[in-house]
Amino acid sequence: MNTTQDRNFKIGNPILEVNNISLSFGGVNAITDTSFNVLEHEIRAIIGPNGAGKSSMLNCINGIYKPQQGSIAFKGNTLSKITPNIIAQMGISRTFQNLALFKRMSAIDNILVGRKLHSHANFLDVAIQLPKARKEEQVNLKKCEEIVKFLEIEKIKDTPVGKLPYGLQKRVELGRALATEASLLLLDEPMAGMNVEEKREMCRFILEVNEEYGTTMVLIEHDMGVVMDISDRVVVLDYGKIIGDGPPEEVRTNQNVIDAYLGVSHGE
Amino acid sequence: MSTSIKTYSKVDYINFAVLMVLGFLVIPMTVSTDYWFTSILIPWLCLALATIGQQVIMGYTGQLALGAAGFMAAGAFACFNLILRVDGLPFFGALIISGLIAAAIGIVFGLPSLRIRGIYLMVATLASQFFIIWVIDKFGWFKNYDSSGIITAQDIVIFGKSYTSPVEMYLVILIVVTILTILAINMARGSTGRNWMAVRDMDVAAESMGVSLLKTKLQAFAISSFYCGVAGALFAFTYLKSLEPVAFDIKLSFKILFMCILGGLGTINGAFIGAGFILLFPVLLNYVGNNVFHGAIDATIISAMEQVIFGVLMIVFMIYEPLGMARLWENLKQRLFKKKNK
Repeated sequence: MNTTQDRNFKIGNPILEVNNISLSFGGVNAITDTSFNVLEHEIRAIIGPNGAGKSSMLNCINGIYKPQQGSIAFKGNTLSKITPNIIAQMGISRTFQNLALFKRMSAIDNILVGRKLHSHANFLDVAIQLPKARKEEQVNLKKCEEIVKFLEIEKIKDTPVGKLPYGLQKRVELGRALATEASLLLLDEPMAGMNVEEKREMCRFILEVNEEYGTTMVLIEHDMGVVMDISDRVVVLDYGKIIGDGPPEEVRTNQNVIDAYLGVSHGE
Repeated sequence: MSTSIKTYSKVDYINFAVLMVLGFLVIPMTVSTDYWFTSILIPWLCLALATIGQQVIMGYTGQLALGAAGFMAAGAFACFNLILRVDGLPFFGALIISGLIAAAIGIVFGLPSLRIRGIYLMVATLASQFFIIWVIDKFGWFKNYDSSGIITAQDIVIFGKSYTSPVEMYLVILIVVTILTILAINMARGSTGRNWMAVRDMDVAAESMGVSLLKTKLQAFAISSFYCGVAGALFAFTYLKSLEPVAFDIKLSFKILFMCILGGLGTINGAFIGAGFILLFPVLLNYVGNNVFHGAIDATIISAMEQVIFGVLMIVFMIYEPLGMARLWENLKQRLFKKKNK
């Protein structure tokens, strides 16, 4: 469990509320009548077997999928006209399960795209390099250099990300999400395919961001050890339904969860 | 491409100064034959400008658009009509308005890009090529009801002085191309270019970062068409010296596409390298045919060979160096630089 009471940012009121969401593709129900909430400044994990609807859930919150039923409220506002672009403007950022980096751009340029919502110069300002545009670029670049330093990727910041190894690409993607300074980060399997060492570092980054900036996180993770270590509360999905919701130690002992997720055979 | 230089370095300024001295002083003073101006330098600069337009939409924003020549025609005829019908409009003013008109048309024909992509978009944008030429042919007003089909372009008049000699026209074009190239480089290196490339490389992620696909794509179409429009006006007024829709056919669009790909997608200097190569290559082939083989090879065979070699080069570049000649040039520079260090 995340370090106890002496956190910089005390866990607060619900910042995100998912109410009775249903999503289906054709005849397949990906998510059925699911509700949960995320409290401000907490690290919320979503776990579940493959195909349980975890990524679909993030895609609904992020506006990539449109749920057929239910509503999602962020900071008290119900999100009605949801597109990823509008969601980003409201202060939700994310990373993707299968890496969605801008492959031909350098690491620092990728992270700089995350500053889009903090860039107000239009293309004419940029074209004639108005002082306003230059200053803004300097500020954004400085911010991104800080992120690069924090994520310890100084050495590769000018490399096109397509040429980077997987672990570093994941880190760049986290950097891009951080650059948005969003109040809610959706992390879709930030540690998938990593070795123990890389996982430990990624955990450290996530905890430090949460500690330092109070960023609320929703993360999907398969490694139960990691989930138990860093999350405050866990949602367990199976076949698009919630079968468990609560602090890690409570979820771990929940019989439904053990059956569905940890794969205890029913014959015992 | 691989290095992200956010501010311009000393080397950039030195390169710029050298190019300016070369373009504005050395070339006008040393090149004495009109042939070089009228047949090489003027079309090179015009087509390089149009290729920058193609780069913006295809190289940077990743939208397969084919129809640069259509927007060039729009720009050319807009410029002709503006100078003809608006009294006292300075040439540069007409040029900018022509570009804006082309940009407006570009936005309309860019709309399909919000729904379709790839090769299907290419087919959709091809419509612009034929539609624009058809409109100009169909409605006599655009050609000032001239029945001959070929209209002579007006002289370029700036502050009461006519610029009609090849050197003068070259200098006028060079000024326009220099300014627009600097603006293009600034955009490409800045936040504007990053948004374009983000849309090109991964549109879902770009949108999740707050980049509006609608705005970014249409902006790129508008800017691309603006460059093509201005290039078309210059092309008609200085190189063709006449206005005929036929000159802006699909072949020219393909030529600009090839310049873009051979030069290197997503590079501004590639536009100049690609345009230069495609213009100079036939000249070189002819020279080789005449001086090495002393006319033993038929001229028709030489022009056929030109097509074959272009085709092969396109395939080779697509497979081995998608970043084109601009990248080859970068590699060469790096190698030379490394040797110096040793």
